[in-house]
Amino acid sequence: MSDNWPLWEVFVRAKRGLAHVHAGSLHAPDAELALRNARDLYTRRQEGVSIWVIRSQDITASSPDERDSFFDPAGDKVYRHASFYEVPEDVEYL
Amino acid sequence: MYGNDFGEPLNAAETADYADAVQEYFDGLIGADQRIEPRDAMPDGYRRTLIRQIAQHAHSEIIGMQPEGNWITRAPSLRRKAILMAKVQDEAGHGLYLYSAAETLGVDRAELLDKLHSGQQKYSSIFNYPTLTWADVGAIGWLVDGAAIMNQVPLCRCSYGPYARAMIRVCKEESFHQRQGFEILWTLSRGTEEQQAMAQDAADRWWWPSLMMFGPPDTGDAAAPGGHTEQNMAWGIKRFTNDDLRQKFVDMTVPQAQKLGLVLPDPDLRWNDERGHWDFGAIDWDEFWRVLKGDGPCNEQRLAHRRRAHDEGAWVREAANAHAARQAARQEVA
Ligand SMILES: [Fe+2]
Ligand SMILES: [Fe+2]
Repeated sequence: MSDNWPLWEVFVRAKRGLAHVHAGSLHAPDAELALRNARDLYTRRQEGVSIWVIRSQDITASSPDERDSFFDPAGDKVYRHASFYEVPEDVEYL
Repeated sequence: MYGNDFGEPLNAAETADYADAVQEYFDGLIGADQRIEPRDAMPDGYRRTLIRQIAQHAHSEIIGMQPEGNWITRAPSLRRKAILMAKVQDEAGHGLYLYSAAETLGVDRAELLDKLHSGQQKYSSIFNYPTLTWADVGAIGWLVDGAAIMNQVPLCRCSYGPYARAMIRVCKEESFHQRQGFEILWTLSRGTEEQQAMAQDAADRWWWPSLMMFGPPDTGDAAAPGGHTEQNMAWGIKRFTNDDLRQKFVDMTVPQAQKLGLVLPDPDLRWNDERGHWDFGAIDWDEFWRVLKGDGPCNEQRLAHRRRAHDEGAWVREAANAHAARQAARQEVA
């Protein structure tokens, strides 16, 4: 249909100090109307102080079937966590 | 978080080996009570069931705006009018959250709307009953939204991530819907004799259709042919049977009706000490099927109105597209 509007993803910052979080998606003809629609759809109860919208087609994502191989490199590096290290119990501020 | 997971779904099951692998991967996630996300491989039946259910749910929210929308211009006070508009706007929002969730399964929203308009996909049959008086707006909030909440709360734990997340949002918003309906009836029930009669009349007409909202019984003669309750429970789409939810609703609502001084139109309604539940009379499932198949008091009116609204909005959608295209072209030049 010629009157189909493209899909946008909506990210909302709930309050100052917090990051934008994905809230959902919507259809809109352009970025300006996507923002207005997002306000009406996802912040009817003051759920946000800032909104980002981005065309869904412009997002590149990792794929769930390569989950293992893709995230593998971090799997055997427990020494990246503080809990890996053994130190005497009576030392403070470590 | 129910946008597309940005790419094609992974399971184009071509070989038996592949189908087995998909099933194993999927069963593993379901078995561990993990959520399924849009690009996960999933059995075709799971995908089809979800698309049908989410689309029908979305359509119900959208059509559900009409019976109450009819009363916006006739609300008895500015306060009631503002509340009713906010509620109807919420229902529009619920429809849109749900269409978003359905789209993550690889269907297009325009296609779903076409199927609604052509009658290929259904919506909840409750919205085919008319709203004859202002008290009906109260009865809808109290009973219809009350039943919807009972259905929707377990869906917040549905195995499909985008659907569950949409439901969490919806449920947060629904609680005011039910309370404002109760408040309308509470006000009427303390009003004049005529107002009390109006509240009683609304309860008389909405009680049985509300019980039908939970769907046909899971077992017995009136059960839907080829019912899917068992499969849907195994898939984590459904957490309780229709009859369980219906019983919970009755148990919750009877004391509320007593508080309102309303008599629910069921002579068989009585507390069963042994079961610890309210017993209630037989539901007229012939009526349910009749209304679902198109023969309710308002089926034609609801669909005609929906189609007209869609058609009359076509020029707006086209104009917005034309404007967007022109703006984009201008930016390229500059
Ligand atoms: Fe709703
Ligand atoms: Fe509602």
